[in-house]
Amino acid sequence: MDFGYFFELFLGGLTRGSIYALLALGYTMVYGIIELINFAHGEIYMIGAFTALIVTGVLTLMGWNKIAILILASLAAVVYSSAYGYTAEKIAYKPLRNAPRLSALISAIGVSLFLQNYVLLAQTSDFLPFPNLIPEFEFLKPVEDIVRSSEIVIYATTAVVMVALTILIKFTRIGKAMRATAQDQKMARLVGVDVDRVISITFIIGSATAALGGVLIASHIGQINFYIGFIAGIKAFVAAVLGGIGSMPGAVLGSLVLGWTESFFTGYISSDYEDVFAFIFLVLILIFRPSGILGRKDTDKV
Amino acid sequence: MFNVKELKKSILVSLWFMFLTFPIMVIKVNTIYGKVEWRWYRMALVGVGSFFLSFVWRALLRRKEMGLKKAEEGQEVKVPLTRKLISDKRFNRPALVVVCLFALLFPLVFSLYQVNIMTTALIYVVVGLGLNIVVGLAGLLDLGYVAFYAVGAYSYALLNYHFGLGFWTVLPIGAGLAMLFGILLGFPVLRLRGDYLAIVTLGFGEIIRIILENWNEFSFGPSGIANIPRPGFFGIQMNLHQVHIYIYYLMIGMTVFTIFVVRRLQDSRIGRAWMALREDEVACQAMGIDKTKTKLSAFALGATWAGMGGVVFAAKTTFINPASFTIWESIIILCIVVLGGMGSIVGVICGALVLILLPEYLRAFSEYRMLMFGAALIIMMVFRPGGIISDVRKVYHFEGLKEESKDL
Amino acid sequence: MSPALEVSNLTMDFGGLRALDSIDLTVNHGEIVALIGPNGAGKTTFFNCITGIYNPTAGDMRLVSPEGKAVRINGLKPNQVTENGMARTFQNIRLFQNMTVLENVMIGRHCRLRAGIPGAVFRPPRVRKEESRLIEDSYRMLQKVGLEKYVNEFAKNLPYGAQRRLEIARAMATEPFILLLDEPAAGMNTQETKELDELILRIRNEEGICILLIEHDMKLVMSLSDRIYVVDYGRKIAEGTPGQIKNDPAVIKAYLGEDIDA
Repeated sequence: MDFGYFFELFLGGLTRGSIYALLALGYTMVYGIIELINFAHGEIYMIGAFTALIVTGVLTLMGWNKIAILILASLAAVVYSSAYGYTAEKIAYKPLRNAPRLSALISAIGVSLFLQNYVLLAQTSDFLPFPNLIPEFEFLKPVEDIVRSSEIVIYATTAVVMVALTILIKFTRIGKAMRATAQDQKMARLVGVDVDRVISITFIIGSATAALGGVLIASHIGQINFYIGFIAGIKAFVAAVLGGIGSMPGAVLGSLVLGWTESFFTGYISSDYEDVFAFIFLVLILIFRPSGILGRKDTDKV
Repeated sequence: MFNVKELKKSILVSLWFMFLTFPIMVIKVNTIYGKVEWRWYRMALVGVGSFFLSFVWRALLRRKEMGLKKAEEGQEVKVPLTRKLISDKRFNRPALVVVCLFALLFPLVFSLYQVNIMTTALIYVVVGLGLNIVVGLAGLLDLGYVAFYAVGAYSYALLNYHFGLGFWTVLPIGAGLAMLFGILLGFPVLRLRGDYLAIVTLGFGEIIRIILENWNEFSFGPSGIANIPRPGFFGIQMNLHQVHIYIYYLMIGMTVFTIFVVRRLQDSRIGRAWMALREDEVACQAMGIDKTKTKLSAFALGATWAGMGGVVFAAKTTFINPASFTIWESIIILCIVVLGGMGSIVGVICGALVLILLPEYLRAFSEYRMLMFGAALIIMMVFRPGGIISDVRKVYHFEGLKEESKDL
Repeated sequence: MSPALEVSNLTMDFGGLRALDSIDLTVNHGEIVALIGPNGAGKTTFFNCITGIYNPTAGDMRLVSPEGKAVRINGLKPNQVTENGMARTFQNIRLFQNMTVLENVMIGRHCRLRAGIPGAVFRPPRVRKEESRLIEDSYRMLQKVGLEKYVNEFAKNLPYGAQRRLEIARAMATEPFILLLDEPAAGMNTQETKELDELILRIRNEEGICILLIEHDMKLVMSLSDRIYVVDYGRKIAEGTPGQIKNDPAVIKAYLGEDIDA
């Protein structure tokens, strides 16, 4: 067995997994709180990437330096993605808080369809080249064939975001309010939690994480179009379900497992069926272990 | 209504949307030529548009809340006009006659181009009614519906290519194969909760599409299959014009057949079980209804109809490739059902006609088709979850019964 | 008196929590039996176990029809339990909201009819006859519970008390020989409760259906029941006639004491 190749696939899987994780965290947070599969989450990520691309384009032409561009572009992506996530929640999900679950899901599909075509019409349907915003690190020179600096940044960001979110949820006031809302919205409201605000904040945080993922993956892969959100979104959902939807560590674990399996599968078996693999994975988990690796089993109250 | 507070709200909304859409709507960077295009007029459009729309939005929300409150207080909820018209015999009989005449005379009056468009719309009516069984009646959100449509289309194309089988032979075979697929998929997944089911069916639809795209030896890959023969009519030779009109009438026949079947199913033991399942699974089982069997029957029947639609689709276009069977096709069919009114036959027919014909006739509009569909899904769910024409419950031969029971 | 429902040693664990601890219970044909106990004592869990919604950890459950046919119902699905002659209502009303009152009752008869998809499409005379009988019978069922004036209303538009009665009618339509009622009087006013009392007695006396009910309204329980079982913390703490239960010190301590004082 060629160990170098194995290691390459391993790192490739880690990169994929880390990106899925940034998306899956948002999925899992929203699902944990309002039990909605936020179908449009991938679109939020796509919008983050587009915003970053636009900001980068303008600033590059104005001759700014690379680090400043990276920071401003990421910031813009985070701000705008959050704003889109917040607005989508207010318009398409909030009025459906008490409606059947499927209504909210259909509405989310509507948001996804709308945002995709909005970007398609306002920008372009072509693939756009995305500049590599992340500077090459000097210390990586000796191993640059194996791991690129953008990958290192991706791992680091995912780790930091995961730790930060865990701290936020475990130890802060808003985190406590989130957990209360997730347990029982009515009770949370009764004990004085501003449920609407909590849900809004959840969407904002989830969207911001997705935006980071958008910027990182776009500059890693080097191109984007309006459709990148859809498949990424579905895969992140698979990851979230795999880990146990509603569970943060589960989302990260599920993402890594999915990233690695995909990477090894395409590396050793066939790359034609890369996406099929994720879907088959999804179908199998949902059938045999719907609660995921780390999820709790929920029983229907009768 | 137009007081200062409302005005302020609308101005805030308008400012917010101008901010929100700023980068994507206004700026366009051309990285190759190093040029930035600033399209400020768009910002003005967004501002003005969202200003007015926010008034409409809030007015509609208020109206909906009033309706809910009325229902809660047990007040008489006004029966909507559409429902009144549909259930009124004086209106629906003549309307039905007019619609039938129109449908029959259509190819004589309009051009071949129009007939073709109408045929496409009718295919959507048929598959829409099929999906309506699954989503509208049984309440199972199936996002992979187009997979069964693909099964139908590919069975005709491939069986014809390899064995030379004709349209009429394959029609039942295609329907049967789609049903088989429905059952095969249904067995494992129908235990899942509603939203998981939606995602799994979506995954299944994509799996089928990707397989069709990559398995060249079987499906000829992305290039698809061309020269699929159109349906024959007792071996009579027809020119292109005649064939198109023939397919049109064939679709009319199929639509009538579908309506007939769905109507009868709705008012049957099985149909009621589907609806009960949609309303409350636990109570449904406590009433002695076998959940798995009932779900499976709805799922398989919906798939059958998709399969039939697929066969006709392949025969009509004479060319198919995997690109015709993406997830968005499933979502368009879902739009038809949701927009028209889940569970309502008239609603689904109207939904299909509006969604398919409107973009065809308003060319300027067709570019915005998917955008509008997305918006429509949201708006319908928020304001009218029942659809344009909501389900009319049958009033069971009740007057006669009352007298009967008095004799007891 | 012959038993209709025999439960022995029924135990149910949720994770580490023992919700039911080896409960024995028998309902005989022609009896009205009540199952009482403080909130969270495990009464509804008991119902969910015997109707197949939960799969109990241990224990044995049998249904014996009036003809003497015995069926072990462990591991049966809820619909199979219903087919074998035991029907139930729910504590939090679970009607088919967007269907008419008549349709709700018609669905109750589902498992007693056979028409399938071909039958629905072709409507042979047999199916037509079945359907018209069904409508007739369902209407009569509504008359029995006094809901005939609502026939074509949506279930969700019914007043609360009527919704509870409709649940009973719907359960009766499955043609059970034993009926389980989960807090049928919850949320009812005195008048409605009185009518319910009469209805339950009528069901037993005229239809010959035996009844097992969970109820918090002690007046109703004491006046209706032939026998009472008391559970607390998942354990049976007493059983007997209303007179015996009233004076049982364990019961008074666990449960009735508070109620009588209140």
